[in-house]
Formats: sequence, structure tokens, C-alpha cells
Amino acid sequence: MTLLSVQNLHAYYRTEAYGISRTVRAVDGVSFDLFPNEIYGVAGESSCGKTTLIKVISGSIKHPLKAFEGSVNYNFGDYKVDMLQISQSELRRNVRWKRISYVMQGSMSVLNPVRKVIKTFEDIVDTHEHITDKNEFLQRTRTHVNRLGLPTDVLNAYPHQLSGGMRQRVAIALATVFQPALIIADEPTTALDVVVQRGVLHMIKDIQATSNNTVLLVTHDMAVHANVADRVMIMYAGRIAEEAPTESIFNAPLHPYTQHLINSLPVIGEKSTKASLKGSPPNLADPPSGCRFHPRCPYVMDECRTVAPDLISVKERHRVACHLVKEGSQ
Amino acid sequence: MSANEKLLDVQHVTVEFHIGGLLAGTLLTAVNDVSFSLESDKPEIFTLAGESGSGKTTLSRLLLRDLEPTRGKVLFEGRDVSTIRKRSEFIEFMKQVQPVFQNPFDTFSPLRRVDAYLFDTVKNFGMASNRRDATRIVDDALRKVGLSLDEVRQRYPHELSGGQIQRVSVARALISEPKLVLADEPVSMVDASLRMEIVNLFKKLRDEQGVSVVYITHDLATAYYISDRIGIMLRGYIVELGPVEDVLERPAHPYTQLLKESVPEPAPEKRESWAKHIELGTTEVKEYGRIGCKFAGRCPQVMDICREADPPDVQVGRQTVKCYLYAEHVEKPQAGAQP
Repeated sequence: MTLLSVQNLHAYYRTEAYGISRTVRAVDGVSFDLFPNEIYGVAGESSCGKTTLIKVISGSIKHPLKAFEGSVNYNFGDYKVDMLQISQSELRRNVRWKRISYVMQGSMSVLNPVRKVIKTFEDIVDTHEHITDKNEFLQRTRTHVNRLGLPTDVLNAYPHQLSGGMRQRVAIALATVFQPALIIADEPTTALDVVVQRGVLHMIKDIQATSNNTVLLVTHDMAVHANVADRVMIMYAGRIAEEAPTESIFNAPLHPYTQHLINSLPVIGEKSTKASLKGSPPNLADPPSGCRFHPRCPYVMDECRTVAPDLISVKERHRVACHLVKEGSQ
Repeated sequence: MSANEKLLDVQHVTVEFHIGGLLAGTLLTAVNDVSFSLESDKPEIFTLAGESGSGKTTLSRLLLRDLEPTRGKVLFEGRDVSTIRKRSEFIEFMKQVQPVFQNPFDTFSPLRRVDAYLFDTVKNFGMASNRRDATRIVDDALRKVGLSLDEVRQRYPHELSGGQIQRVSVARALISEPKLVLADEPVSMVDASLRMEIVNLFKKLRDEQGVSVVYITHDLATAYYISDRIGIMLRGYIVELGPVEDVLERPAHPYTQLLKESVPEPAPEKRESWAKHIELGTTEVKEYGRIGCKFAGRCPQVMDICREADPPDVQVGRQTVKCYLYAEHVEKPQAGAQP
């Protein structure tokens, strides 16, 4: 059973001004499945389409973003949703926060700076199920927060009184009040230091392990994926370059871009010179022809300049889009 | 200038900020009794690492003379920088010490062409009397970072990639041929595939141009990769200082041990040790206000004495460690020694 099935998704930003139209192909032919009870990592540089992908699958499609092709289907067991067709009111009533929730990068902008944390909880719970018994709500929130390992007094604090790591953990607590089936975490630890990052990621892993839901973890930090994710997808310029279980991605990467990402990571205890890729990330308004990685690829062939490689399965659960790799081969 | 004069000598510097109201405020010590120095005859990359709120940025502002220390002195080539008063002297100081900032897209105005900043710097430092000389100086600086004036002339920031524009930012700092470059998180906003290009650039500057670099970061992996010495900061103190190989391969201070252990390794088979549970500090103000060692609340090897007075600096191998664990004989501190 799949929780989410994305098929051949094309989502573009199309703007038109004074008769000149411009299309940014942020997500260009992406297909993948999410299963219940897994942590799925999405990696890629800035402007590779990670955030656009999240916007589409969480139903936040607003002009100028538009899904031109493909499908995004959820299956929550008793309840099925076609994300590209659903009405806004239905989305708000039954899907958002109850079945899909979202942990954002800047926790400071999630929490209202002039309201105590408990009030933010109240706002969220009240929108979805009208609070009738205030004491029962307080009790439930306290239990929820304690279960996640946070002290009860954070509820009576203002956001500025909490440290960055604590704020981010409060944001995660907010995202899990209704036990959603899917938690989307977009760069949840980017602004934090390593010790706090470790604490926050432990919390996400614990929540996933106890409630058996699915976490979609987006971060550009490959070392985080190595320690947290079950499967990893590498995006490059709006397309999937490679998707595989974490062990395969790190121990046997097949795409030259994945290989570079992993080999260029500095490691404590090793001082050899690490190279960086030549060139710069492509402009998605005018992407390169053929394989989008070809201007920067060290193994570029003639075929790469004209024909875009298909995403093929090489092994069970290992897919890669590169002309160097042939179907079924290693 | 005598032969054994230090390039930069920070002596027992303390910075206190008053936060809160006029009467009911509290004193926050952002930098607490910090000392370190850089030699003038041997260019090196010195890293200051620590979590957010550890005082790294306050310390860098001190070194740029953007802030005056409450106590202590910062000496640059033997001269106390707080005695610089005249504008001409300050320009001379700025020529020697140049900053590189975190986000290159914030450093440059999006409505201004980037080469204008380079020419402005030449003009502000009075380094050229005519346009042709200025062009030559700018082009030289850009070549040091692997660019040329033709590549950036008339370009706006959005027309360059993150790596390119950060290199322009470094080139701008190099125009006045400084002896010291202060880089505050220079790679954290740069894309992963371009990050190593900036990091390698600092190495090249040290080896080929003889520029010393103070590299401020929270990323221990890149710090290990480029630096010669490292100082680990915690809540205003430098808790451990020494050659980077010693400090990060065999950390002595419990905090450094925790930091090193928390760096996620890009190896899925080593997940187990990283997944061990840790305790986090709740609020920053609580830790800053703590008497004695600031790490006492989270330290697995905490002793009674740690909560009573600041630990001494102890030499352990080639490292200087601020911890009671390594003190020869632990003496009971006098009552009232600490406020």
C-alpha cells in the first residue's frame, strides 16, 4: 500500500507581464511513492525544486505556481485524496494538520511572538475541532508535550524566551497534535548547531518510531540523511537524479552528481583535498538540453547533450537517471 | 615593529551587554575572559567554532573594532585597537583587517552592480589615482579568487551564482592587501556543490598570499578541513583551544566531546553512536547566568566544584582546556569570588 503516489508531476511557475511570458520548470517530470512507516529524505541544492515539490504535495498551489501535468494521490486508508482536485475548504477541514502537517525552517515565524505557546496550540486545535472543555484541552496538550520530552513550562513561555532548538521542538510538537499520517519537515535543522540539530532529529525519529507515520525530510545536508532517512531521493534541476535506500546511496552511488555530493563532504579525521563541481546550478527558466547535469558532469558523452535520460530501476528500490547506467546493470 | 610581535593578540577580553529595562535589567556576558593570538610571521587559519549564542559574532565584531571590550585589550600588530581615534588611522587599520560576511546576497545590494563595490573600496582606501590603476587593482584581486573583471563587470548580484558572488565578496576584502581576513560563516549560505570552492580558496590565500584568516563557523567538518588551530566557544568562553587535529580527534573538554560526537557522519553504518540520546539546554539566558562552568548543567562528568567557580585553563598535551577534570589539585574557591 502506498501513502502517497506522485506520477509524472510537472509544476511550473508561469508569469506573464506585458505580453512576455516566462516559465520556470521547477518540478519537471517527478514520480515517486511514499509508504507508511518510513523516513524519506529529499536532498538537493537550493533552487532544485525541493520546495516547489513540497508545495504541490501539501496542496499549497498558488498562482504563479501551477501543476500542468501528472497526479498527486493520497491514500489514508479510509480516506483518499486527489491533491490536484481537492477544494480549499475540504483541504482545510480534513487534510491539513489532521493528516498532513508541516514543520518549517524558521520556527520563529511559525510561533506568534506576542502570544504564549499554549495560545498557539489553542488556535490550532480550535480551528480543527472546536474546543468545548478548556481543562480537557490543557490536560491533553500537557500530556502531548511531555510525551515528546519537553517540559510543561514551555507552554507558558513566549517564543523569544526559548532557545532556537526548543522553539523548533515546539514547532514539531504543534505539527503532531493530531497524529498526522505524513509529516513534512522542510530543512528543520538548518539554522541550528550540531548538538541541537541532533536533539531535534532524535525527536523526529522518536515520533516516527512510536506513531509509525511517514516523515518527508527535506535537507541539503547529506550527513543528516545518512543518519536519519530510510530512503533518499536526490533532486537536480527539477528532476530526480537518483533514489535509493540510504545504504545504497552512500555506499554505491551511481549518478555522477550523487557521487560528487558524497565525495565532497569533509569528514573529521581526514584532510585530503576535496574538489568542488565546476560551473553553477542551472537556471530553471532556461534549463540545459538533454541531461540537465551535462554541463557540469565529468563523464559527459554526446548522448547526454541531446537526450534526457529516463529514470530507470537498476535494482530493487534503486532508481537512477543517467546514460552511464543501463537497466538491470550495476 | 619588533620581530616577535604578534599579528593579533587578544588579551583577556570581556564584553558585557545590559539587557532589559534601565533599572531591572540583567547583565549578559557575551564574551568572557577570552585570550588568543595569531603570529605575524606564520600565516594560519584560526577557527572559532561554537553553537549559536556562544559569542562568536560578538568576538568578531571586537576584532573589527565595531565594538569596544568592557575589559581587556585587542592588540593588532602591538597596537591597542581601541586607541585608534583618527580617521586616517582607522582607514589604515581597515586596510589590514577585512571582513567577509555570511550571506553574499545580503552583502551586495540587488539594485547595484557588484563591480561598483570593488571600485568603491579602491576609492575609499585611496589606492588609485585614476581609473586605469583602479581597474588593474580590481582585476588583480578578482584573479586571486579565480575570477576576472570581465566576468563580473556590469553584473548584478542575481546574475552570479552563490559561489561566484561569495568569491567576489572575498576579492573585495583582498583589494587592500590585508594581513588578516575575518570570515563569519562564509559558506553556510553557499550551495553544497560550490561550498568546497570557497573553503579551498581560504587555504589558497593562506598558502599563496600569506593572509591569516579567522574563520568563524559552527560546522566542525569544514573547520577540521581547513584550519590550523581551533578555539571552541561555549557561552562566551573559549573552553578548548589548540591544533585542530588534537582538538577534534582527541577532544579533552566534555563539551567538545559532545560536539564532535554530534557531527553527523555521512556513513549510514555509523548511525548507532549518533542516535544515542542527549540532553539539551532549555534556555540561553539560564546558561549564561550560571555561576561556574556554563556546561555544568549538561556535563556528564559534573562535580560540585564546577557549579561554584569558573574552571581554570589547563594545558593538556597541545591543547588548553577550561575544565576542572584536568586541574592538578582542585582547590575550593574563596566565597564571594564570583558575582
